[in-house]
Amino acid sequence: MINYEVVVIGGGPAGLAAAIEAKRNGVNNILVIERDRELGGILQQCIHNGFGLHVFKEELTGPEYAHRFIKELKDMGIEYKLDTMVLSLNKEKVIHAISREDGYMIIKAKAVVLAMGCRERTAGAINIPGTRPSGVFSAGTAQRYINIDGYLVGKKVVILGSGDIGLIMARRMTLEGAKVLAVAEIMPYSGGLNRNIVQCLNDYNIPLYLSHTITEIKGRDRVTSVVISQVDESMKPIPGTEFELECDTVLLSVGLIPENELSEQAGIEIDPRTKGPYVTETMETSIDGVFACGNVVHVHDLVDFVTEESRRAGKNAAKYVKDLITNQGKSFNTKPSNGVSYIVPQKVRVDNIDNTLDIFLRVRAIYNNAKLVLKADDEVIKEYNKKHLAPGEMEHLVLPKKLFADKDFDTLTIEVKEAN
Amino acid sequence: MEKHNLICINCPMGCRLEITITENGGWLIEGNQCKRGLSYAQKELTAPTRTLTTTVKVKNSLLRRLPVKSSDGIPKEKIFEAMALINQVTVEPPISIGDIIIENILDTGVNIISSRDL
Amino acid sequence: MNDLYDIVIIGAGVSGTYIARELSRYDLKILILDKDNDVANETTSANSAIIHAGYDPKPGTAMAKFNAPGNLMFDKVCKELDVPFKRCGSLVIGFDDHDKETIETIYQRGLTNGVPDIRILNHDEVLEIEPNLNPDVKLALYAPTAGIINPWELAIALAENAIDNGAELKLETRVTDIKKEDDSYLIITDKGNYLTKYVVNCAGVYADDIHNMVAKPSYSIRPRKGNYYVLDNSVKNLVDHVIFQAPTKKGKGVLIAPTVDGNFLIGPDSDFIDDKNDNSTGMDNLNYIKNSGLKSCPSIPFDKVIRSFAGLRATSDHEDFIIGEVEDSKGFFEVGGFESPGLSSIPAVAEYVVDLINQRHGGLRKKDDFNPTRRPVIRFNHLPQEVKAKLIQKDPAYANVICRCETITEAEIVDCIHRKAGARSLKAVKKRVRPGAGRCQGGFCGPKVVEILARELGKDWSDIPYDSSKAYILTGETKEESGGENL
Repeated sequence: MINYEVVVIGGGPAGLAAAIEAKRNGVNNILVIERDRELGGILQQCIHNGFGLHVFKEELTGPEYAHRFIKELKDMGIEYKLDTMVLSLNKEKVIHAISREDGYMIIKAKAVVLAMGCRERTAGAINIPGTRPSGVFSAGTAQRYINIDGYLVGKKVVILGSGDIGLIMARRMTLEGAKVLAVAEIMPYSGGLNRNIVQCLNDYNIPLYLSHTITEIKGRDRVTSVVISQVDESMKPIPGTEFELECDTVLLSVGLIPENELSEQAGIEIDPRTKGPYVTETMETSIDGVFACGNVVHVHDLVDFVTEESRRAGKNAAKYVKDLITNQGKSFNTKPSNGVSYIVPQKVRVDNIDNTLDIFLRVRAIYNNAKLVLKADDEVIKEYNKKHLAPGEMEHLVLPKKLFADKDFDTLTIEVKEAN
Repeated sequence: MEKHNLICINCPMGCRLEITITENGGWLIEGNQCKRGLSYAQKELTAPTRTLTTTVKVKNSLLRRLPVKSSDGIPKEKIFEAMALINQVTVEPPISIGDIIIENILDTGVNIISSRDL
Repeated sequence: MNDLYDIVIIGAGVSGTYIARELSRYDLKILILDKDNDVANETTSANSAIIHAGYDPKPGTAMAKFNAPGNLMFDKVCKELDVPFKRCGSLVIGFDDHDKETIETIYQRGLTNGVPDIRILNHDEVLEIEPNLNPDVKLALYAPTAGIINPWELAIALAENAIDNGAELKLETRVTDIKKEDDSYLIITDKGNYLTKYVVNCAGVYADDIHNMVAKPSYSIRPRKGNYYVLDNSVKNLVDHVIFQAPTKKGKGVLIAPTVDGNFLIGPDSDFIDDKNDNSTGMDNLNYIKNSGLKSCPSIPFDKVIRSFAGLRATSDHEDFIIGEVEDSKGFFEVGGFESPGLSSIPAVAEYVVDLINQRHGGLRKKDDFNPTRRPVIRFNHLPQEVKAKLIQKDPAYANVICRCETITEAEIVDCIHRKAGARSLKAVKKRVRPGAGRCQGGFCGPKVVEILARELGKDWSDIPYDSSKAYILTGETKEESGGENL
């Protein structure tokens, strides 16, 4: 059995930031476990720019953003293992892992940080009827084939879903010589950033069909066409609106899901809303000393936010090792209400907060000139005016500790109040 | 007087800009949340440019493609011409992040630089 | 010169491979032909994956004759060939008096067909063993011998074992015609001709087409399509038995079945189709399955669906198997109309067909060196820690996890490529060792499996197909042709 103070599972942006921050906070015996052949996670295949505006105040590509953290990690002398797969984790924080180099390892950690990231929703999960030919890829898989492996996945492409990965891939495939015929989005609005609609679709005259979805995939061996239909308010296809596009490839950009097989197997409680672990103000999960951060907790829009959240997890993992985290004192749960789909963290122990509490949440629909209302039990303690709220844009609230420190309450409710 | 609507692509905010160019050539801008909105609008309406990110072929390395980017915006209409040039390049290690892969591409004054170490 | 064989088997599904394996016990030159690039690629790869107990077929039919005895032969063959098989038992559940009558009829049929240990359970007994079923359930027919298996895994193992024992397999070889010549048949294919004494027609939904190449048309196959949902294996303890509904005038209802890999199948519906290539799923069909499934078990988590698919049943106008030597073509043996319960019956059917060939041949000579076992398949994820550690020491490729959903290692994938009847496509690897069968459906592991296939087969990545050789995955390297027009 090998002993470490902090073991970070996952060497992507979340794991890197957590490990660096743990070290900065005085823990020396840290191990980062990465299943891929290099650190950096999914950033290595996100070769486009747009990363780092918050954290570094400049615009970086994915590999550049990763590079800064990898360099820092190496300069700090933090230990890491590549090509290493964690097979299991238990409540005693014993990790079983394997690698070519080290064989079968049993590792005992004082604190664990889960940073496994997320995976893409698939064709099966969204259930498109039709044949099952080759040529249907999730956008991230296509991105890997093109940017890392150097292979093109098709020449005439239809993209389902207008999340940022889908938009970025529309441009990327166009630049590599493919013809992107259309992007279909089932919602009446795009899930991606405005800037990506401009520079990935509009620049290349790629049509975006809002309130449309693929209702059938055709082709026996390889995709030969797709049928696209308009949908009504309840997202049901409207008969008579179908049109068929001949294509050889379908890319799916239909959402991401936190990857928590390891967490679930360890017995960590999962929030059905986020599909990630329930976490506290310190990013601690339902198992003492097991922390989680980044897309394994909830899917973020910007890597910068992943970095900030992971720094908190790393810092608190270090505190835990030094026995500086308390389960005593006042605490409350957070509860999403009217219009709010989830809140992170789900539980807050007041005594662990220094000055401010970071809250992340998402709303269920688009709202203009609305308010986010915070209630301690029934008492309204704060309202935030919001010009624009959208499900695709995570909201970040920074609550001063004094707002709630002196109050006695069980539940902090957050809801949307629409403009009259 | 001319009116234009643009979405600023400087950052993920994606501000919706309303630009008015007055008779005497003055620029009025609304909807921007920072001062970069104006410079973006002026450039976009006169000489739009884009940062180009792509890959180049690699030999003698485990990595099969090297990610690269333009060090600054390339005129929009020259993007595919630039791609054709970049696609002809093959590099081999060692390469450091920031190394110039193609200097002054298409006489734009912009370099194509490496986005990672190799 | 045509190659001369004793027996040509047309079709490498579970019937063709089973009969080939049983025939490979004898001193015979055997050839298996299939039009696809993998064994078990049509009906065998898309069905309910159930070994039925045998109460369903009407007494007196071929189905009734072979099903119950066939069922009891699975333990031995699966042990010999290292194929996972579980006798989980089945329940036919009923909700009202009409269902009760139906279930009593089926029970009597089961007794006549010789199905062992069947009995009728009351409401409490049913919910005792299956607490997640609809509490309105009144009774159920319990058949402990029913089981679950991966049919394609069985067929792949049978093919490998048959080849180990001397049979030959030619894939991507489509039979286009058959000519009767004196004492033999000339099999004409798109890859050359083969002369053989005997033919066994195991061509599934195409069996009537093959039959009509040499004999008078005597039956026709009009496939019935069935849609299915597959649930993620993170869903636990939904049901332990295969759950059927009592058939009503409105239809048969759908089944809920655990799979040997820990998933759950829900389906199928049943629609006659005219295109034998049509395996597309339909929205209405899937909705029907969902609603029907919820009737049996209201808590099915349909948000955990990882895949839907459709498969065909080789239904003939005889409404029964057509098994035996063809009247006007001696030496041509038929396994036609081989729909459910074909899989469950195949061990008994194969025995019967071998016996017919034995009689026709005037006695077959047994080989001394027939080996009934297959080199065991290592399923890394299911092994104890010490064994895992030892395997990695022996071959570090066991430490390289390619599929993270199912923890499948590089060594297992390499092995399935190099076995007899080995994998040549992404789907073929998935059928053998399951990368891509999990919740990410190949999103993460797909590129890595393509890379391993290309490396092991000495091919370019672009030449690795998803399924058939026409189902290409990649169109070539980037940078080889330049981009579109200028903006």
